[in-house]
Amino acid sequence: MPIPVVYNFRSVRARWPSAIVAVLGIAGTVGVFIAMLSLAMGFKATLVSSGTADNALVIRAGATSEMMGAVTLDEVKIIQDAPGVARNGSAPLVSPEVVVIAPFPLRATGTDANVQVRGVSGNALLVRDKIKIVQGRFFQPGLSELVVGRNVPDTYNGLNLGNTVTFGGGKWTVVGIFDAGGSAFDSEVWCDSRVLDQVYKYPENIFQSATAHLTSPAALQEFKDSITADPRMNVDVSREIDYYAKQSTRMTTLITILGGVVASIMAFGAIFGALNTMYSAVAERSREIATMRAIGFGAPSVIISFLIEALLISFIGGLLGCLAVLPLNGLTTGAMNWQTFSHLAFAFRVTPLLLAMGIIFALAMGLIGGVPPAVRAASRPVAQSLREL
Amino acid sequence: MKYSSLLFANLFRKKVRLMLTIGSFAAALFLFTFLAVVKSAFSRGVEVAGADRLVVINRTSIIQPLPIADRDKILTIPGIKAITHNNWFGGVYQDEKNFFPQFAIDIENQRMVFPEMVVPDDQWKTFLNDRQGAIAGARTAKRFGWKVGDRIPIKTTLFGGPGAWEFNLDGIYHNDRPGGDESQFWLQYKYFDESMPADQKGLIGWYVIRLDNPEDAARVAGAVDAVFANSTYETKTETESAFAASWVKQFGNIEFLILTIGSVVFFTLLLVTGNTMAIAVRERTAELAVLKAVGFSDRAVLFMVLGESILIAAIGGTLGLVFAAAAVPVLANALNGLLPVLVVSPVTLLTGVGFALAVGALSGLIPAFGAMRLRVVDALRRV
Amino acid sequence: MVRVDGSGSGGALIQVRGVDKNYSRAGEEIHVLQSLNLDVDKGEFVAFMGPSGSGKTTLLNLLGGLDVPTHGSITVDGDEITHMSAGKLTQWRARHVGFIFQMYNLIPVLNAFQNVELPLLLTKLSKSERRQHVEAALTIVGLAERMNHYPRQLSGGQEQRVAIARAIVADPTFLLCDEPTGDLDRKSADEILDLLTRLSTEYHKTILMVTHDPAAAERAHTLLHLNKGVLVEGAHLDQVAGGVA
Repeated sequence: MPIPVVYNFRSVRARWPSAIVAVLGIAGTVGVFIAMLSLAMGFKATLVSSGTADNALVIRAGATSEMMGAVTLDEVKIIQDAPGVARNGSAPLVSPEVVVIAPFPLRATGTDANVQVRGVSGNALLVRDKIKIVQGRFFQPGLSELVVGRNVPDTYNGLNLGNTVTFGGGKWTVVGIFDAGGSAFDSEVWCDSRVLDQVYKYPENIFQSATAHLTSPAALQEFKDSITADPRMNVDVSREIDYYAKQSTRMTTLITILGGVVASIMAFGAIFGALNTMYSAVAERSREIATMRAIGFGAPSVIISFLIEALLISFIGGLLGCLAVLPLNGLTTGAMNWQTFSHLAFAFRVTPLLLAMGIIFALAMGLIGGVPPAVRAASRPVAQSLREL
Repeated sequence: MKYSSLLFANLFRKKVRLMLTIGSFAAALFLFTFLAVVKSAFSRGVEVAGADRLVVINRTSIIQPLPIADRDKILTIPGIKAITHNNWFGGVYQDEKNFFPQFAIDIENQRMVFPEMVVPDDQWKTFLNDRQGAIAGARTAKRFGWKVGDRIPIKTTLFGGPGAWEFNLDGIYHNDRPGGDESQFWLQYKYFDESMPADQKGLIGWYVIRLDNPEDAARVAGAVDAVFANSTYETKTETESAFAASWVKQFGNIEFLILTIGSVVFFTLLLVTGNTMAIAVRERTAELAVLKAVGFSDRAVLFMVLGESILIAAIGGTLGLVFAAAAVPVLANALNGLLPVLVVSPVTLLTGVGFALAVGALSGLIPAFGAMRLRVVDALRRV
Repeated sequence: MVRVDGSGSGGALIQVRGVDKNYSRAGEEIHVLQSLNLDVDKGEFVAFMGPSGSGKTTLLNLLGGLDVPTHGSITVDGDEITHMSAGKLTQWRARHVGFIFQMYNLIPVLNAFQNVELPLLLTKLSKSERRQHVEAALTIVGLAERMNHYPRQLSGGQEQRVAIARAIVADPTFLLCDEPTGDLDRKSADEILDLLTRLSTEYHKTILMVTHDPAAAERAHTLLHLNKGVLVEGAHLDQVAGGVA
């Protein structure tokens, strides 16, 4: 025996100022909640998408990132001969790489940010086969030429196609732009690793990492076993995807904890607001409720009716919160990758899952804010309330 | 306060609502404090940077080294009180998650450049004579439960291959400046350099200069960079605060993010509390009219309603601040060193109280004015 | 027939036997109703009068199943309501009682049609059947053309007529009126009383009404006085006729 929902719609409309406040309270909370999570998601997605399942990254044993430790040319040769490595004809698809950071001014603030400069081998695009040159061309081995990620020209000053820049004591020309599908590589600058070594006066046969393209994702085990079993090798082998996922943990933990605290405290505020709104709704309508009870609507009907009303308010709030953060989707921002001290551009990612979580969060707040007033509404003595003014 | 008994009687008329309103205020002020603390954690380095210090780094990037021989050339520039050099020692204590900065330092000069980082003299003396000695910041020592005399194993891959280095904790430094960094871990540069392969010996990470006079900063910085211009190791010299600020900027637009969230939070809670106040007054319209009918002035009614909302704001706000002050250390632990220092400063607390009172007054103002302007005749009939 | 001495045959529609109602207020026991007996036959129109605090409203609440007596029993149409659970009592009310209040108690956010329809939502009637019933009830009270109006768009008298339509729409066993004219001017009050009289004479509704208004009381077939929790038989309709203007 339900009380008609139209009663709730009309009642919400009749008390709109109070309802709007509750709606905005919930909308604000849901908005902040989704925004923080989308930030964390975006950061994580950018790093995770940098890895592919059929690539293996080899770094010095115990190193936490490519930046630390070295891989020698001898070791690279062993990696090239390891089982499971894909080949282009007879050439093994392994890119030994050197990574440095170079300061370039951020367009947004004009202050320097550390851009990751990656010295790669000539077959880097075969090793990372998802990365495509979209403008210009790949660098010529042996020349001081740069190809830059898609985000680079927009994020930093001076790195447009055709520009010549100076860093590390060398003069470099930007000859191409590549698209790395929204991954961390999109914030990187690539050049020939041998040229980079020369310019930076690094020892010629020392690299910081080697990325091997495998014949299949399943080949990793075989590859890894062979390398770790080799007594000449002192390296860690990880699936590229796992390596990047691990790099994202510190930042995502930070954002998630901060966002979690902010959203949960806000949720308290919003629930208090919803409680107040619903309690005052119950108080203002005590005679109406008593009338319904006298007519013969049972206590459960009254509880359900008020819950519907609270859920209605919170659903609208949740929807509004979702709509408010939707424009954030795809918005690019920058942050530090703590593991490499380099600057990384990434986009907020407002996914359907996050939106659904936001709505559920809103409904949960509505439920918590609605149950006590609804129970109170149903438990008030009917005879007294009927005559209340 | 002549009307205080009336005010309190009104306050406790609806206990549940009173609790909820106080709760919303507490939530708002908790968030305010929390966001302020996080924001200052990011900009802490800038705020506490010594005005009289310059940082000299390799122009190419912070991770490129500078030769130790440059020190003597820098010292020829007038206006320098002291100079020290540091190396980044990216080691791992037990687990990668236990991050804290470790520096190989110039033991002769570090204390002269960073006088605010205080080590007891006897501890410092032990450190000087202990090749494998180390000094840790009070916060880091507390975090891992270290005591002077402990042996600390640190793994590193950055220099000289993998392997655990062992250090004797000879002393603990405290930072004199409120909110100053107490997380660093210092080891002797000499010990560090001995372990370097031949081609990496004699290199340092960066220099820190302490000036005789802070006003000389621009001149000295220019002079340093001029000395090394067109050399193999060009330098970039900037004040410590500019150096710190450029790091903060790279974290992304933290300030903007926090300001945005903060205003959403505040706007939301202002609405919530304002609405509650309005409801409370609306429900009492008839009573307020009676008060006016028996001779209370408009202003008395205004102040009574306003006083009520400000009182609620003050109680709720204080509660929120107290909770925040208690919760911040817990959070700092949960973040496990991800953020430099989380401190609740008195300034934050005072600003918070001010904010709470302002919101209280603001949210009470509209209903209070409504109550003041109430026409007795209308109100008594409006049931 | 209406009796207050407990001598009813057992065939009466409403049978009240030895009902006490005590409240404790501020630690003090107040005896509102004492050993009250009442028999009301089907089709009766009874008015209860009495000074404030005499227990009129308490009696009405007990008869309407909104409250339970401290002692004694109330039986309506063979069902003893005094020992029903709260849930059963709610269902019983929906089936048997039509309430008419002094303050009308219409739901402000629902229009006249929806207000009248409310009790029918508790029945198994289909939507079109409900519409027929509501229109019939509103026609009886003379407001069929106002069914889309909201309570605030109606005068006090019209609101009370909508409330009466709501009370009769589900064809309850009896109507309970609590000061139905208490908030109305004389002209509107008379219209409402005409309506109640018609419900009694034309539709043979059983009506129990609490009132302060002598003009209302005179419309009833039987007038009962309630004084300090005790019922006293008052004058019959023909005896008071002409006594009060």
